[in-house]
Amino acid sequence: MNDLVIEAEGLRKTFGQVTALDGLSLRVPRGTVLGLLGPNGSGKTTTVSILSTALAPDAGRATVLGYDVVRDAARVRATIGFAGQFAAVDPNLTGRENLRLIARLSHVNRPLVRARADELLEAFGLTAAAGRLVRTYSGGMRRRLDVAAALLHNPPVLFLDEPTTGLDPESRLGLWESIRSLVRSGTTVLLTTQYLEEADVLADEVVVISEGHLVGTGTPGELKARFGSVLFDLGFGTRSDADLATKALTAAGYRPERSGTSIRIRSADGSAAIARVLRSLDGLVPDPTSVAVREPTLDDVFLSLTGGQLS
Amino acid sequence: MTALTDTADVTWRNLLTQLRTPQALVFAAVQPVIFVLLFRYAFGGAIHVPGVNYVDFLMPGIFAQTVAFGAIGTAVGLSTDLRSGILIRFRTLPMARVAVLGGRTLADLARNLLVVALMAGVGFAAGFRSPHGAAALLGALGLVVMFAFAVSWVFVCLGLRVSDPEAAQAAAVPVLFLLVFTSSAFVPSGAMPGWLQAIGTHQPVDALVVAERALILGGPAAHDVLVSLAWSAGILMVFAALAVRLYVRMSR
Repeated sequence: MNDLVIEAEGLRKTFGQVTALDGLSLRVPRGTVLGLLGPNGSGKTTTVSILSTALAPDAGRATVLGYDVVRDAARVRATIGFAGQFAAVDPNLTGRENLRLIARLSHVNRPLVRARADELLEAFGLTAAAGRLVRTYSGGMRRRLDVAAALLHNPPVLFLDEPTTGLDPESRLGLWESIRSLVRSGTTVLLTTQYLEEADVLADEVVVISEGHLVGTGTPGELKARFGSVLFDLGFGTRSDADLATKALTAAGYRPERSGTSIRIRSADGSAAIARVLRSLDGLVPDPTSVAVREPTLDDVFLSLTGGQLS
Repeated sequence: MTALTDTADVTWRNLLTQLRTPQALVFAAVQPVIFVLLFRYAFGGAIHVPGVNYVDFLMPGIFAQTVAFGAIGTAVGLSTDLRSGILIRFRTLPMARVAVLGGRTLADLARNLLVVALMAGVGFAAGFRSPHGAAALLGALGLVVMFAFAVSWVFVCLGLRVSDPEAAQAAAVPVLFLLVFTSSAFVPSGAMPGWLQAIGTHQPVDALVVAERALILGGPAAHDVLVSLAWSAGILMVFAALAVRLYVRMSR
């Protein structure tokens, strides 16, 4: 049995003049989360649409659990759950009616449809609202219902296109927890996001794409170590102390950025470099009154990879 | 097997959705009733068709007009599903492909049956009598429903091609006005100038109205009924095939 659940090789897709995907390849091992990261229009939704059989690629091939997404589309559909960018639930049905409909269309065993729908309403905290029309739901509730609808037939592979876009922080945390518990039970997940924090929290592996091709890949930690710089913020008691520190740091080969009584230094060598920075001040300047170390975020990685800033 | 149950599920969902959309209900059920009453009482007094009660002349026309305009709902519903992402979800489910379009047109067929029955009831209250009996009336209504089913496939094609529901309405309304009001739905074609008659009497809405009247008002009906059936069958074959092609193409 192949341990790669999702494999894509050289996916290409154009819409008229626009090249949405320009030869993208990716691999997702069983039971892991791949975070597909990129700005608007980078090809994230196109990728998910192709892998979930909603769209056929112009070139390249992709398989899910060994089934080709074009030739064996029917088999792929039976094994995947998909929640698109917009909550695709019917506003004129109740939450329960929506789940029962999707369960039947997902070919859940007829006698189990009701129980399965109720189970997921419960799991996503929608039991109390189950009898209300979805048009009365908040955005967060719709989103949860949408993700619940993708899980009705217990799919081993789950595609989520920007699952938490537009959600309030509490709903986002709740959805993250749901996704984590799915992964613990063995589900393989491919999710797209614009939120670097989300990829950081959920993804085992991150693929950064821009203009339809891959610009970086690795674990969130590797990417941050490779592309992000650690920031040291030193605070001093007086401006004259800060002046002295600036001179001392410059003499030691750093490039301090001065702002009032505080100084910022960028380090490409990780947070351990703070010791050397502080040693270069020792005996020359009064000790700083505050020291803060800011680890790089995926935002930093993202900006440097997509050309927002040099690495 | 699953194709049938999937289609039934989608049909049920589409009917339920329409029942819960007040605008759709007004458009589908209230508006036709107003038209019956309006033409019967407001215009009817001024329109004289020799040899028949105007209300008996009118009802076949109103049936045709109602299902023709009602078909816009098919395009609007499909276009709404397209925009909301529900059709994208449907494409990723292991359900039968045919269920999306079949469920839409069958729901609209069911709606048309209800609306036509409702209008016949209102028509009877307003003096409509179908002088040649119930069988003739049922035959005429059968033609109406067949025409409605065929035309809903035209609007499936439209719904799949336009960018939003408003565009579907904008594209459909002028064409429908032309077809319905150049036909003999409300006034005899004989009263129109020759060039308009030529356009008005060679199109499916007029063929339907003529065949309905032949049945309801009596006289030789076989030829007119065959012409109307031929139109409906032709429209159905061409546009159902086109609709399936357009739907399959959407995922390319």
